[in-house]
Amino acid sequence: MKHILIVDDAATVRMYHRNILESAGYGVEEAVNGIEALEKALQTTFDLYVVDINMPKLDGYGFLKQMRSQEITQTPALMVSTEAEASDRQRAFGAGANLYLVKPVKPEVLLSYVRLLLGEAGT
Amino acid sequence: MAIVKQQPIQQTSVDERQRSRDLPGLIAELEAEDPAARRWAARDLSEHPSSVLALVGRLKCENDSSVREAILTTLTCLGDKAAVAGLVECLRSEDVALRNEVIEAMKQLPEEVAPIMGELLADTDPDVRIFAVNILESLRHPLVESWLIGVIQNDSHINVCATAVDLLGEVGSSSSREALKSLKSRFPDDPYICFAADLALKRINED
Amino acid sequence: MAQITISEEDFRKFREFFYRKTGIQFEETKRYFVDKRLVERIEATHSENFRNYFMMLRFEASGLELQALVNLMTVNETYFFREEYQFKCLVDSMLNDITRRKKDNTPIRIWSIPSSSGEEAYSIVIYLLEYWPGIEKWDVEIISSDIDTDIIARARRGQYTPRSVQHLPSALLKKYFQPQAGGYQLIDDLREAVEFTRVNLMEPADVRAYRKFDVIFCRNLLIYFDDLSRRQAAETFFDALNPGGFVCLGHSESMSRISSLFRVRKFPEAIVYQKPLGDK
Repeated sequence: MKHILIVDDAATVRMYHRNILESAGYGVEEAVNGIEALEKALQTTFDLYVVDINMPKLDGYGFLKQMRSQEITQTPALMVSTEAEASDRQRAFGAGANLYLVKPVKPEVLLSYVRLLLGEAGT
Repeated sequence: MAIVKQQPIQQTSVDERQRSRDLPGLIAELEAEDPAARRWAARDLSEHPSSVLALVGRLKCENDSSVREAILTTLTCLGDKAAVAGLVECLRSEDVALRNEVIEAMKQLPEEVAPIMGELLADTDPDVRIFAVNILESLRHPLVESWLIGVIQNDSHINVCATAVDLLGEVGSSSSREALKSLKSRFPDDPYICFAADLALKRINED
Repeated sequence: MAQITISEEDFRKFREFFYRKTGIQFEETKRYFVDKRLVERIEATHSENFRNYFMMLRFEASGLELQALVNLMTVNETYFFREEYQFKCLVDSMLNDITRRKKDNTPIRIWSIPSSSGEEAYSIVIYLLEYWPGIEKWDVEIISSDIDTDIIARARRGQYTPRSVQHLPSALLKKYFQPQAGGYQLIDDLREAVEFTRVNLMEPADVRAYRKFDVIFCRNLLIYFDDLSRRQAAETFFDALNPGGFVCLGHSESMSRISSLFRVRKFPEAIVYQKPLGDK
């Protein structure tokens, strides 16, 4: 089973993403901000990170930067944000995101992005 | 070599602090080249309410996160109208980390933030409205639920409503029920809004 | 008074809130434990039902109820070798990381706060003497502080109950303690190894002199502070540490609820927090 870490400060968003991903057969863990996500990412191996941008203590960009500078360079990251501007996408890719998805998120879109990043596209 | 004991801790105070620690000295020190000196100045300014403007000014251009954190903590301790006005300006910054730090600081200032909450929730920039809802997450104020109800009734931006409905899942009471139902009818095709509104309604009905 | 009940969704709401605030996550299996304590607080605060209580917990200006609840939901007990994995991390990883970078041979400095009755600071001394080969080469200073002068006096006396030393290997108990009526007396060599001081972590004048530490142990204290005080404590630690110095928190605590000043650093034995190397 592939394991995904959802990083978002909003409990309802985490629950929503969890429902979608679990019903598609993925294992899910959660973190409420970038620091907690780093703590978990350094202790457990995940196959994918689904990361919000605006979070207290350490935002999504900060999480990706620190993560990419430590040992986790390969794991793909999907950034999910309310910010739809091109400059936001550019920043996210610059920080190490692999794909960028603008909220609100539709289940089938989230799943297709996730499958793409996990190399399961077409299955 | 071994476990050793130095002389008892003493005031090393003069340690690397060159300028005087009075108000003008500390404000000058906010511009020092060494981030540690700026941080110490910011911390020591918590004794000087009249330093708010200087602190806000520095906050806007400060790029060392440890200095920013010290400035924000001091502004939170001083927490007057001027401090909050300065924080609001920073909500419009392009710097995500700064914005999030400012949101956290404003959560700590319910007395000063409450009078301007209506204005923030009516801002023309939807991002600012989202940040205002983020502040409500931890604002210790009795009006939080009413503000959130106002948002889901009136705000046309789906992500502002999405942020508010998340919180109503935790703080919603029977007063939110009708607003949650009408939110669903405003955004009937959005699965997240429906999920979050249904969750909040379920929790309210259980009470 | 009517029977107070906590519904399934009440429990979930509370669990999310408490997790966001403290980082402590209760599994479903802890339901009974959590419910029982919630009911206790609902009654103690005359809140009538969960909803009223939860609103008070969230919106009360002082935030004191949250602190009372954290107290009730956590067990704060101190004993020798508590959370031993962090002492292992100290001798197997952190100190080596520090000595590799150290350019002079001044003592390595360790701060243990709160000292409480001294178990943590003395555990560190024992660990260094027993398990850190570097002690042959380096001097180490251990300073331990508390706000409470009575407890500092107790720490200096070094008298402990059997319960307090029960996790110590018997060889170490024999080596460093003498049995006495009702418990054990720490030997003088160890008592003298720690400098105990009185400090209020929230008082700038008190903490100003605390500088140039390499490791700070502050376990199971900040979780009882409100958000602002936690941040201030984190800033105090930041200034008290040398660049690259470490902070160790208790096992149920996380810097993710306190401050973003520190880097998360993973060692084989534990996750600790490090002051960035570039900072003075």
